[in-house]
Amino acid sequence: MTGKGGAGKTTVAVALGLAAARRGKRTIVCEVAQQERMSRALGRAGVGFAETELAPGLWGISIDPERSLEEYLRLSIGSRTLHALLFKNRLFQYLAAATPGLRELVTMGKVWELAQLERRTPHASPYDLAIVDAPATGHGLGILRTPGTFRDIARVGPIRRQADIIHSFIVDERRTGVVAVATPEEMPVNETLELRSALQLEMGMTLDAVIVNGLYPERFSAAEIERMEAIDGDGSAAVRNALASARSEHQRASAHRSQLRRLKRALRDGHSGEGSASGGFATLPFLFEPELGLDAFERLSRELERKL
Amino acid sequence: MSVAGLLEGREVVVCAGPGGVGKTTSAAAIALGMAARGLKVAVLTIDPAKRLADSLGLPRVAGEERRVAPERLAAAGIEVSGELWASMLDAKGTFDQLVEEYAPDARAREAVLGNRIYQQLSSAVAGSQEYMAMERLHELHAEGRYDMLVLDTPPSRNALDFLDAPERLSRFIDSHSLQLFLAPNRRGLRLLGRSGMRAFSVLRRVTGVDVLEDLAEFFRSIGGMTEGMRRRAGEVGELLSSSRTSFVIVTSPQREAIDEAIFFRRRLRESELPFGAAIVNRLHRADPDGADVEPELAALLDPDLARRLARNLGDYRELARHDRGEVERLADELAGDPLLLVPDLDEDVHDLAGLRQLGEHLFAPDAVPG
Repeated sequence: MTGKGGAGKTTVAVALGLAAARRGKRTIVCEVAQQERMSRALGRAGVGFAETELAPGLWGISIDPERSLEEYLRLSIGSRTLHALLFKNRLFQYLAAATPGLRELVTMGKVWELAQLERRTPHASPYDLAIVDAPATGHGLGILRTPGTFRDIARVGPIRRQADIIHSFIVDERRTGVVAVATPEEMPVNETLELRSALQLEMGMTLDAVIVNGLYPERFSAAEIERMEAIDGDGSAAVRNALASARSEHQRASAHRSQLRRLKRALRDGHSGEGSASGGFATLPFLFEPELGLDAFERLSRELERKL
Repeated sequence: MSVAGLLEGREVVVCAGPGGVGKTTSAAAIALGMAARGLKVAVLTIDPAKRLADSLGLPRVAGEERRVAPERLAAAGIEVSGELWASMLDAKGTFDQLVEEYAPDARAREAVLGNRIYQQLSSAVAGSQEYMAMERLHELHAEGRYDMLVLDTPPSRNALDFLDAPERLSRFIDSHSLQLFLAPNRRGLRLLGRSGMRAFSVLRRVTGVDVLEDLAEFFRSIGGMTEGMRRRAGEVGELLSSSRTSFVIVTSPQREAIDEAIFFRRRLRESELPFGAAIVNRLHRADPDGADVEPELAALLDPDLARRLARNLGDYRELARHDRGEVERLADELAGDPLLLVPDLDEDVHDLAGLRQLGEHLFAPDAVPG
């Protein structure tokens, strides 16, 4: 899942995870920015680099690139001694920090590993679904592209093989889907459309689903707003406050609907003639709650379950 | 309190904060407001919304800064006695320029630009945009064509990435030993020592030889440039920590956004970087402590509408109460440092009229929501 910053990627990732878990899929949500937003959202302590069950059937992990690299090396070298020799080497640490793209590569490598039926991690159980709470659009796309880049750079050898496996997994639309999260506003809608083109152009992939988050409900009709205007001068400050809040709600709900129409039209136009190519589309309502609790996530997940 | 007074005399304004809080528009509104006060201002943004780019009359492609036509501003009812310029940063283009500048000779330059790792990764990697933003800022500042530069830092989950950019770059500085490690010659093998040699052979087994050769080549080619880059990184650091610069933290009243703003304020303090103000955008306007309004509404409107209006107001009041708590949390951290509050503007800002509206709050924020 990717999308503009502030669009609610983590919220939607958790809601989707809950929906999948309810359908009986063993699901893991992978955070990659090490901010522990997901565990905090669910009212839990940080999970770190450990697969932790956060709700029935829903696990979480915060993917740390350094730990991923360490784990990868340990598993591919086999020998504990040799692994320690390499990993503790100062120059190697230096190299790992300086090599461009390595953090992104090992992060995607760990995501791939989590999604395998035959896990490389000893004694680890497989998941039916791994949801990646990826960085915002530009870097999100970059992280998807990195394994392919390394595959191209390394013409032969183990890196080539591994990167090729991960890249093939990413571009295989039967196994990997890209979901864009956007609020129904100008910039997030633009980013979603740009993501769709870039994904097609750079990866040959299509967006699997677009989830529009934070859609204001239409609480008042235009006629009702007019009736309110007529009494605006008559009431107390509190009444004026109530009318202003209603106007604000109405204006935002209308603006959201026009952005939603624009997004839908653009998504449809982009798929003319391809029929089924355009994937899922769902909207999630704006919740007038300052901080979302577990019950709010449950409601959002049911909404997603119904709409996707 | 007005942004104009807080930023008076500053040559560089860095707008930083989490994604999705109106950072780009705040940067543009600050630049517009300062231009209206007679300065020649350039706002450097990264990937602004297309419509914002259109409304500023910017080409949709990255590159040189362009002047926003005074007629365009006048058409939106904005009087500007100075000049407003704007530019979209182009990470790849600037990186190439950097190589052109710092490569010791033509051969080294071609080696870097032709290196596959460089080609593939120079623009795709986290941090390169941040670094390039700093580079471009330094360059424009050194040229001295503008009274003020307003930088919109790249959107990232971690708003601090760009502060680390010069340090991240300096990791290349010891690239000489990295070259030895990656492709040791005879002398290199001796320097690596026994355990280094064994580590190298393990690494070769894991990665394959040609990757290491490419990486060695990458560090070799970029190695010739590190002296100049390190000097530049030092100069950027000096500029940012001097009194010519001011950092403005932009945030929203969301809990995570306030957390990041607080974290960022601490970082600025630790790094002794000059703090200008914090801006909290998108505050809900409702009066958080108002009385029950339904009876009065019911006397004016039909009961159903009155009930729905009261419920809606209740929702807005709850959001406003939450906003107030979050703003207080930030204010505690700021301990008296300037804090500017901007109410929710009902529609997301993406044109000159919206920027003007935002600017009215930033430059005369007496009408702060109560």
